[in-house]
Amino acid sequence: MPLKASQLKVGDTREEVVLEHLTRTQLVMYAGASGDYNPVHTDEVFATKVAGYPTVFAHGMLSMGATGRMLTNWVGDGRLTKYGVRFVSQVWPGDQLTAKATVTALRREGSQHFADLDVITTNQNGQPVVTGYASARLDA
Amino acid sequence: MAADKFPVEASHILMFARAINDPNPIYSDADYAAKSEVGAIIAPPTFTQSSAQFDPDYFLRPKIGQAWFGSGKEPSGLQRRAPSGEGSGGGGRPSGAAAGGLHAEQHFEYHQPLRAGDVLTATTRPGKTWEREGKRGGKLHFSESVTEYRNQNGELVVTARGVGVRTERVIEQK
Repeated sequence: MPLKASQLKVGDTREEVVLEHLTRTQLVMYAGASGDYNPVHTDEVFATKVAGYPTVFAHGMLSMGATGRMLTNWVGDGRLTKYGVRFVSQVWPGDQLTAKATVTALRREGSQHFADLDVITTNQNGQPVVTGYASARLDA
Repeated sequence: MAADKFPVEASHILMFARAINDPNPIYSDADYAAKSEVGAIIAPPTFTQSSAQFDPDYFLRPKIGQAWFGSGKEPSGLQRRAPSGEGSGGGGRPSGAAAGGLHAEQHFEYHQPLRAGDVLTATTRPGKTWEREGKRGGKLHFSESVTEYRNQNGELVVTARGVGVRTERVIEQK
């Protein structure tokens, strides 16, 4: 259900666990679907022996995609007008991700209502992994 | 990411939605989608990133008949021949994510919903470049690229702006 401007106020939040426990298989799924086959995400031998990482780690776009689930569950399908993030920390197998959005502004352009949102996704230690923003079209 | 023809197919959307752990039926159930506001299966907000599948030159996909830098018999396939090119690191450890660095930022603007059945054209132009002194990985080199996705009617559907970063050395993990 799309959000209504009349039911929202600045400071309202929505929070959702979007990834319960990241598995290496999930990374394989993301590589296959997205076409990003960088072996640092799926190839333990390459990631550890060549690239020097402790193990494989998630594509940033997997974290952004999972975070998008919280956004579309809140604002409705096909309602986002903008969505952008910075990848601030890597996401590792076993991590749990919780995505949170906060209303920073409610605006009108003509008769169309919009909400601006602050977005942050944190791991199980409370460390931010993705930070960003989104905007969405609202019903009146 | 550049692609002359990026057909947006329902089965690809289903796989992509599973890959980002999103069970929303708008991405997989045509009957549910038909009754929704948009009226059709649509793609998740970050789906256009999978245009990589349709970019003939995308460098993070193994190409038939070419050496791949991921592991096989050796930890890196490029160890099988004289080290050259990206990812070989000249025999040493390659920097960042070993090829093309790491993804630092991604921004999308949505002009209309992206529906299953749309056929997109992706055109990419380079954006700004800048440098910053990093805390752990030495100097950081940032570069931006802007991709416009247009549908079969020539209408702009999504504008994507990505920022990549290359580090001078592998960032030590705690």
